[in-house]
Formats: sequence, C-alpha cells, structure tokens
Amino acid sequence: MPVQPVKFYQVGSFAVGNRLLSDDQRSVQSEPDRTNSLNCGHRACQGCGEALGARYALDAAMRATGRQMIAVNSTGCLEVFSTPYPETSWQIPWIHSLFGNAPAVATGVAAALRAKGRTDVRVIGQGGDGGTVDIGFACLSGMFERNDDVLFICYDNEAYMNTGVQRSGATPPAARTATTPAVGPHPGNNFGQGKNAPLIAMAHEIPYVATATVAGLRDLEYKVRRAMDFRGARYLHVLVPCPLGWGSAPADTIRIARLAEQTGLFPVFEAEDGEVVSVSKIRRKAPVEDYLRLQTRYAHLFKTADGAATIARLQRMADRNIARFGLLDPEPAGAPPGRASNGRASAGKERM
Amino acid sequence: MDKPFAITLDPGSSLANKTGSWRSERPVYVDLLPPCNHACPAGENIQQWLYHAEDGGYEAAWRQIMADNPLPAVMGRVCYRPCETACNRAQLDAAVGINSVERFLGDEAIKRGWTVPVTAPESGKHVLVVGAGPSGLSAAYQLRLLGHRVTIRDLAPLPGGMMRYGIPAYRLPRAVLDAEINRILSMGVTFEQEKVTDIEKTMADGGFDAAFLAVGAQQGRRAYIPAGDSAKILDAVTLLHATADGEPPQLGRRVAVYGGGNTAMDAARTARRLGATDAVVVYRRTRDRMPAHDIEVEEAADEGVRMMWLSTIARAGEGTLSIEKMRLDDTGFPQPTGEFTELEADTVVLALGQETELSLLDGVPGITIADGVVQVGPDLMTGCPGIFAGGDMVPAERTVTVGIGHGKKAAHSIDAWLRQIREGNGAQGAGAVPEAAAQPRLAEFDRLNTWYYSDAPATVRPQLDAARRITTFDEVTRGLDESTAVFEARRCMSCGNCFECDNCYGVCPDNAVIKLGPGERYLIDLDYCKGCGICAAECPCGAIDMVPERI
Repeated sequence: MPVQPVKFYQVGSFAVGNRLLSDDQRSVQSEPDRTNSLNCGHRACQGCGEALGARYALDAAMRATGRQMIAVNSTGCLEVFSTPYPETSWQIPWIHSLFGNAPAVATGVAAALRAKGRTDVRVIGQGGDGGTVDIGFACLSGMFERNDDVLFICYDNEAYMNTGVQRSGATPPAARTATTPAVGPHPGNNFGQGKNAPLIAMAHEIPYVATATVAGLRDLEYKVRRAMDFRGARYLHVLVPCPLGWGSAPADTIRIARLAEQTGLFPVFEAEDGEVVSVSKIRRKAPVEDYLRLQTRYAHLFKTADGAATIARLQRMADRNIARFGLLDPEPAGAPPGRASNGRASAGKERM
Repeated sequence: MDKPFAITLDPGSSLANKTGSWRSERPVYVDLLPPCNHACPAGENIQQWLYHAEDGGYEAAWRQIMADNPLPAVMGRVCYRPCETACNRAQLDAAVGINSVERFLGDEAIKRGWTVPVTAPESGKHVLVVGAGPSGLSAAYQLRLLGHRVTIRDLAPLPGGMMRYGIPAYRLPRAVLDAEINRILSMGVTFEQEKVTDIEKTMADGGFDAAFLAVGAQQGRRAYIPAGDSAKILDAVTLLHATADGEPPQLGRRVAVYGGGNTAMDAARTARRLGATDAVVVYRRTRDRMPAHDIEVEEAADEGVRMMWLSTIARAGEGTLSIEKMRLDDTGFPQPTGEFTELEADTVVLALGQETELSLLDGVPGITIADGVVQVGPDLMTGCPGIFAGGDMVPAERTVTVGIGHGKKAAHSIDAWLRQIREGNGAQGAGAVPEAAAQPRLAEFDRLNTWYYSDAPATVRPQLDAARRITTFDEVTRGLDESTAVFEARRCMSCGNCFECDNCYGVCPDNAVIKLGPGERYLIDLDYCKGCGICAAECPCGAIDMVPERI
C-alpha cells in the first residue's frame, strides 16, 4: 500500500511552538526560559509591532551568542517606551546615545571589545526607520563600508511614530502621515520618493543583508542566527506594524505584517555579499486591498476614483516585487514550508 | 550619595509599571465544542482521542473512545462519519480522516488485547437487554461498567444483530466483529439465545429490575408488484441474512434491486459477489434524493452496479421487468409518466426499508407506538416505567452509530432510574435524568486562524482492486498503517480547544502570557496585559475570547 511519510504536523513551522516538535525544532520564543530581552511594563502602545519584533530578534540573538551580547539603541520609540529614567525594560546589556549615531556607537563598542580581546561578545545596533534610513544613515553607511563587526537591526514602522507620525524615508507611497496629509490632488506620501535600505545595504556588498516581518517568527529567528554566523557588517530590516501610526486595530498587528508579505508589498529575502540567496515564497497570495483596507492611513484611497487608480499602482508595485524577487512559487501549493533559493535577483537601486 | 556624576536614582525595572491598568478587554481562554464531537451520534470526544493519537498515545486514545463507544473497530468500518461531514478542516483542504484513525485504534486494541476493567462496585441490580445489536451491546457494556448485572437476549444464535446479519462481510469482517463483541461479553455480560415474546412476563420471571429494548428493524418492507408466477422476488434483509449464514439464495445472472437506501447498495453489491453479472438499482427518484450515503453509492458504482433513476417496477414477469419512468413534481415527489421500458432481470430484491416487530410489547400499559416505532422520552424510557428502548425501534436515523449512542444514553438513564428507586423516590421515572448541562458554544470555522496549519491533504485509504472485489467477500477498504494514521490524526486542528502551540505565549508584545508547562496550558498576567488582542487573533484554534473589562 502507498505510504505517505509523516512530514506535516497539526501545526507545523508556522506556529511559535508545538508539543509534537522536538526541542531543537521549536522557536526561541516558545521556550519557558527565553531571555525576555524586553520585559513587561514597557510603555509601548497596545499591539506594538516594534516591541514584539525587538524581543523576537534580541532573544534569538541572546540564544545565538550564548548570552554574550551588547545592544546599542538609537533614539526612537523603542528607546523611549523601554527606558524612561530610572526604569528600564531591558534585561540585556544595553546602551543608548543619540538619534543619529547608533551605528557609530556600535562600531565603537565593537572596537573597544576588540581592543580588550573580547571578540566573543557580539554587538547589535538597533533603531527605528527614522534613526536608520534618515538620521543615522551616514553613520550606517560608514559602518557598512568599513565592514565593522556589528549586526544592525532596523525595526521599520514606516514613519516617525514617537514624535507624532511624521513621514520618513521609509514611508510608503500614498500613506497618510502628519506631514503627508490626505488632501490635495495627490493625497498621502508621494510616489517615487523614499529609499529601500536593504537594497542600499546590499550595494555595500556587506556579508549579510536580510528582511523579515513580525509575522514570520521562525524566519526572523533564523535570520538573526544566520547573521551571527558572519563577522563584519550585517543588516536586518524587520517590518513592524504600528497600530497608532498606521491606524490599525492593535489585534491586527501580526495579520497586517503577514499581509504585507503575502501581497508582495514587502519582499522577504536574504542576501550574502550583495547577492540575493533566498526568498520567502508567498504562501497565500492576497491583493493589496486586503492589506490597505485594515489601515486608516490608506482610508482615503477607498473614497475616490483617483484612490482606485492609486491602489492599482500599489498593486503594480507589489507585482513588480513578486516578479523581481521570484516570490511566487510555480509549484503547487502544499509543499512543506521552507525557504527556496531562487538564484539571483537583480539588486539595483529601487525607486518606488 | 555615592552615585556617579549626575545620577540621582537607582536603576529600576519597568516591572514597577503595571500596564494592565490600560486594558479595556481581557483575553480569556475558553473550551468550545468541536463540530466533530457535536455531530457524533455516539457522543464520542473525538478531538480528545485524536489529541492522544497524535503523539502515539494509542492506548489512551482508544480508552477515550471506549468511554462512549465499545465497538471502535466496527465503527471505524461502518460508520457514515457525520464527524467528517462536520469537520472544519473540510473548509481548508479536506476533512480529517477521523473514521480511519478510529479503525486503526480499534484494530490496534484487538491486536494488543486491550480490555476495559469494571471498577464500579456491584449494584445488585439486574438489567435485561433485548436485542444484541449495536444498541443493545452498547447499553450492556455501559450498564456493566456502572456495576449492574446484564443479560442480553436475542433470537439469533450469535450476538451482533444487523452488524452480523445485515452488513455484508466485505464491509465488516466477522473476525473484527467477534473480537469486539467478545470483549464486551468477557466483562461479565450474559448472552442468551432466546426470543422474548412478552416483556412483562419475562421481567417478572427473571427478576429483572429494568429492561432496555433494542430489537431493531428486522422485517423488510414489502411492496405490491404485479408479478407472473415465475417471477422471483425476495427482500434485501432476507438476502443479506442468508448470505451471512453462508446459505445465499440463487439469484440468477441479472438482479434488479428496488430501493435507494444503504441496504439497496448492500444488496446490489452482495448480488455481484454472488455471481450476478448485471446488478441494477431501480430507484424512483434522483441520486441527490437518494437516502444511501455517497460512499456506498460510489463504491457500488465502482463495482459495476448500475443505477436506474426515476424508475419504478410496474410489473415483474419471467426474466423481464416492466419499468415505468417517473418524473419529480414541484414538491419533489415522483409521479408516473406512462412511459414504459423493459429490464431483463432474473430476480427482484426489495430494499424498501425495514419495519420493527413489536409484538413483545403487546398489552404492556403506557406504551405508545406511532409510525411503527415506539415513542420514548428524552431519557429513552417508554411510557412504561423501567422499560427503555433505543436503536432502530425508536424514532431516529437508523445507523449503527445512532444505535450505539442510544445504548449509552439508555444505560445512564437506567442507572439514574435504578438509583432513584433505591433512594426511595418512587418509580416515576419522568425527569429522572438530570438536565444535561448547557452545551458549550460550537467552535466555528470563522474562529480559527488557519494560517498556522500546514497544508496537508487527506490520506486516502487503499482499496482492493475493483476486479477482485466483485469475486470475493474480502474487506474492500483497508486500514491505515501507523505512519499514515498518525499523519491523519495530526491533521486535526483542535477547533476551540487549546493544544499548547505556544502562539499566545510568543506573540504577546508585553510578555504577559505565562507558560505553565506541558498539559497545564497558559495564564494571562493581568498586571501587564494591555488587552491588545493579538493572542486571540493569532490563536490557531480560536480558544481565546476577548471579554470587555467591567469598569
């Protein structure tokens, strides 16, 4: 009789943990003794994607480094909500300096450790999209081109949320922010502006660049662990929805991050030495409307005929990502989860 | 002050900041009723035994089944699987093969010789069960577990009822049936071959304290068909019974089966095995109105059984039948059209439903009979105190599964009734059974977050080659081996009941879910839970409700 090998589980690699999985197959977040790098009592809003993403990433890094790790934080939500003097939520060695200099401070910490012969202690720099792609960008680019031994993690919530939702270089087209209001002939953020930090990081040909979302826990943990396999400059860009700034329900944070990935608007991939080596395939393709409709920052798109044209334009952006990164698998659905290598994808400068 | 320059306060932990005060809704873990359990006529806790089976706890899984159903290996073969029809997974890819896992567990129990011990103290009460079919056996088993003495009487030489004398061996091998019945008898249940003709006298003579009647529906319903002298007409019940006895009648090469139920399919498939080259089912309505279950119709068609829809037998002659075409009127009732065709047939088998022989109840006070079946209360007691009835002889769907469910329910009603008598509350049984606790809410598909379930297609049970099937009474559908059974069990989505996937523990941005360890599930830390609801939104099985805080 035909025998089908047992390869699927009731809840496979998509859930945080599962009693049917062996310990080494479970995520760091499923462990009762995970570090909880960012502990209870922090003042992030309900359903904060950044608080979640930071705990995911740093807990994984603590595991990967054997708890020998220092984190350098730029100014931003993550710093403000976690460390209102004299309280702190951090349960790891953690240092905060300025908004714009976290990559440079991280470089300095790595240099100091090298001088002391403590290369077993790894350094993480982290910040929001403002501190990374705008204000700290010169320091970050310098850190990349010197190939300093730092993993820099950007928690991208696509605007300056802490100061009142102003546009950043990572704000997507058509999104309403305090500085790109939904008025006039072209409501929301302009098309053709902003920058794609992961592709710019790849252009530096640093050892490792990857993107991830808070909806893909195992993928995120894998990428942190993988980044720690390299020495030199590494960059991880994590999409973290912001209920306050995006105008979404706090309960929908993970759902929205998942839709960003499943629509193709946020391609999830990893690259080594400037070349894409693998992409996370779209498992349940969704139209961009599904993603946009959950967020009031796009509400204006659903009220006018011009809005429909804008949605179509955003759909074309998503389709371009799908084609460019090979996000859709031609194989039939039902294949086990995993990352597939798609060979090479073009890594030129992207202007969306 | 021995603090560094510009430092005036000791470093503190954010644990001092009880963010739980922000909350307007709180997550609450719930246990909902899975649709499979809800649909099971035998009341099995299917989700619970699948949970045991998923990690190889086959014996625990089997014992969970045995709490409700003493015949898992039989049911794993003959049940029409209302659970799989209800299964939420059907809306995702395909329903979990619950029935095939049940069969695997039942077969495993027979192979390993697992038994169920009677731990209840002897009650001193003696209960008579009339009829050794699924309902009677189920009642006897449950009554025995409750500590009562049980005697089953049946007019057939061997227990099993329609499972032995109705269901053909290619669907239910007799070795399996014997193994499961013997397990019940070895618990101390007495089986006697004796026809009960007067229930009141039998109870008085035997000193029985209560009786459960489950005599089934054994008489094939007849229809008047104008027929020539040489036309050969018999009914399906007789055909199947004689075949089970090893004395099948001569049917000839062309057999017409009249009727559209499961028995008609059994009769047609049996006729093929007895040598009929042409077996035709003649049914007066259309397939979608046919009472036979889809699986049976498909398997019959696979074996070369032909179907004539919208047809009635107008007259039976020698070697040929006159068939009248029918049409459905606006109410869906078939009406004659006056068009006739001929169908060559040596034998006509009538499969027009069965009736119950109720003469044993003659003269019993309080009994109500309507539409040929005995009327019972919600506790399955007839109008006569102490006499209960179930299975095919009361108003219900006539399946083995319903019979087993009735047996269990009647056993508990009888137990409650006997207890009430012992406690001197009088013999009036009405209301003896405590009102069932309010059923928990149903775990609807919409509550699930199916993203987290791997895409896994159903495992198909290997079937004997159709060519071999029609020449032998060997079992048609074979079982799963262990790896496929585990695979199938693991497809269960655990609708509405936590299975400890750690999602809530992982996705909380506030680290406010406490993991209590294997089997202990989780606790919400209400000091810090801000009530964002991500845990409820991302719970795969919908086991978390968000409940407004009272402010």
